[in-house]
Amino acid sequence: MATDTAFSTSSGSKRTERIRLLVQPAVVVIGVAATLLWAFSRDLDDIEKNNINAESLLTDTWDHLKVSFVVIVLVVVIAVPLGVVLTRSWAKIAAPFFLAIATIGQAAPAIGVLVLFFLWSGWEGLWAAALPIALYSLLPVLRNTIVGLQQVDRTLVEAARGVGMSSPTVLFRIELPLAVPLILAGLRTSLVLAVGTATLAAFVNGGGLGLLIDAGYKLNRITILVVGAVLAMGLALLVDWLGAVAERFLRPRGLR
Amino acid sequence: MSETTDQKISGVEIELAEVTKRYAGQKTPAVDGFSMTIPAGETIVFVGPSGCGKTTTMKMINRLIEPTSGQITIGGESALKIDPDQLRRRIGYAIQQAGLFPHLTVAQNIAVVPGLLGWDKKKVRDRVVEMLDLVGLDEEFAGRFPRQLSGGQQQRVGVARALAADPPVLLMDEPFGAVDPITRGNLQDELLRLQAELRKTIVFVTHDFDEAVKLGDRIAVLGNQSKILQYDTPEAILANPADDTVAGFVGAGASLKQLTLMRVRDVELKTDLVTVSTEDTPADVRQKLTNARKTYALVLDRRNRPLRWLHVRELASAGSLATVGRPVGDTVSVQSTLQDALEAILTEGGNAAVTGGRGEYVGTIDIRTVTDTIQQVREEHENDHENSAGGAG
Ligand SMILES: Nc1ncnc2c1ncn2[C@@H]1O[C@H](COP(=O)(O)OP(=O)(O)OP(=O)(O)O)[C@@H](O)[C@H]1O
Ligand SMILES: [Mg+2]
Repeated sequence: MATDTAFSTSSGSKRTERIRLLVQPAVVVIGVAATLLWAFSRDLDDIEKNNINAESLLTDTWDHLKVSFVVIVLVVVIAVPLGVVLTRSWAKIAAPFFLAIATIGQAAPAIGVLVLFFLWSGWEGLWAAALPIALYSLLPVLRNTIVGLQQVDRTLVEAARGVGMSSPTVLFRIELPLAVPLILAGLRTSLVLAVGTATLAAFVNGGGLGLLIDAGYKLNRITILVVGAVLAMGLALLVDWLGAVAERFLRPRGLR
Repeated sequence: MSETTDQKISGVEIELAEVTKRYAGQKTPAVDGFSMTIPAGETIVFVGPSGCGKTTTMKMINRLIEPTSGQITIGGESALKIDPDQLRRRIGYAIQQAGLFPHLTVAQNIAVVPGLLGWDKKKVRDRVVEMLDLVGLDEEFAGRFPRQLSGGQQQRVGVARALAADPPVLLMDEPFGAVDPITRGNLQDELLRLQAELRKTIVFVTHDFDEAVKLGDRIAVLGNQSKILQYDTPEAILANPADDTVAGFVGAGASLKQLTLMRVRDVELKTDLVTVSTEDTPADVRQKLTNARKTYALVLDRRNRPLRWLHVRELASAGSLATVGRPVGDTVSVQSTLQDALEAILTEGGNAAVTGGRGEYVGTIDIRTVTDTIQQVREEHENDHENSAGGAG
């Protein structure tokens, strides 16, 4: 079955993970600050000034975050309940089908999914970007929810039934809390995918840092390109860091 | 033993009638027409080879497994007519490796069933403290997580959780199967102590016959498809196994196991021994021994506790009785099992002094008493199978 491997975000030992937790945001802040200092200290022409100013950088970053946020809300709202349903005994047979769709969604180039959705729906803006990107970054959360629930010890579930918990109670009080570490790991992977892919929102008038990269490329302005790319990267790393922090503090305390 | 005479019993009777379980896609049923009456307040142990259907039979009582056919009555109520979740909240359930929820603290684990029953917070908190105390765990364990406990401690919490809502019935599926022999022995002792106090109806599954002998008021030896090979008291099964399969399960040393079931207070002690006090003179003792035609005496201290064995030969060289003679090594109390008594008899050389509640001398026990007792139990159960062949019914 295709569901027996989970996305993992653990990178080596606990110690390296702890160091990374401290170093990563510092690197991001320093990198972004250095790039901005470099860009603003240069002799910018009108085109560059149009793109690289505090107001437009903030707008683009904000739009980017907006798309990412909507994506991740969509992912959680769709993938977690879907994963729960697909692990219930009466719906188990449908799991490979939905996993296949999600796998195709991720395997296909994101830009392709985006463009096809645009052509099919004719929409523009935030939702036109968020929906296809959500499909694209759905898989990690879906798969980890399924694996996370599957790996809950059956004897524990039976013990829970045995002491008189109803099956919804078992789901909410035992199964989901025990699956939380894996769901969070999946969420972190999805977040990074979402923030990275949100650069494509610019193609369907969704705004974001993709605008800078696109403009820099089309207008042949290296500075704009670099600022856009560095900001996008910084944002992805920052979100990944937030994911790591969440993984650390949201996992149930009794679990190692 | 009957429920009308003893108010202390908190358990209820369980009755299984022609209960059968057929798993989907299997030709032979896992449990085939199982019928048994489990008296209120007794501990019944299911023993039998792996895969014979012990767990399946037990889980049908709390409907973790739904019977294919048959009737189950708990305390006069048909279990199959009650909502299964409600039913399970009234039946304690303890399993191997405790089955504690790893993300919940010890206190939260114990509080699960009271919480499901909607007890108020204060009552639940008090109950948790009470249960920890009952299973012999310090209150500081309340805030720990299961992984911070030893295996034996986890099992205790498992038992506490099962008992938290004070259910009349307790189902225990190899609850002590995964701990070392010493801890296991301790947990068994604790369960015996608890049960003496609580008098629940306990159904206990194990494949360790010694455990069954120790814990069970009755033992059901099960064969394939949960067929009842013998359902009787441990004494009766040890004295007279129903057939070769049961005998095989009882294993070697049935008589020695029998001895663990009987206590010194149950047998007649010898009281013809000459006892003297430390204040007596050697001349008094010699006179007493001659009168009684004995060659040795037991010296007791002021509070009548056994001190030393004294042989008539040793009197000649003795000035007083304060130091002369061989110290008593091993005594047994009236509470001791006959097995402990036998051990003492062997180390003391044929005869052991028996003491009462405050350590005072009450008599002696010798090897003859032990062998006679075994013989007597054998004879009592000799005709067991003549009118109730097999025991299933
Ligand atoms: N869920 C199930 N589906 C199908 N067959 C099962 C199921 N559970 C148990 N069985 C079968 O039913 C029979 C009885 O199993 P059960 O678990 O009751 O045995 P047991 O006496 O408890 O054994 P053990 O001492 O090993 O725990 C076995 O042959 C087992 O393979
Ligand atoms: Mg079993």
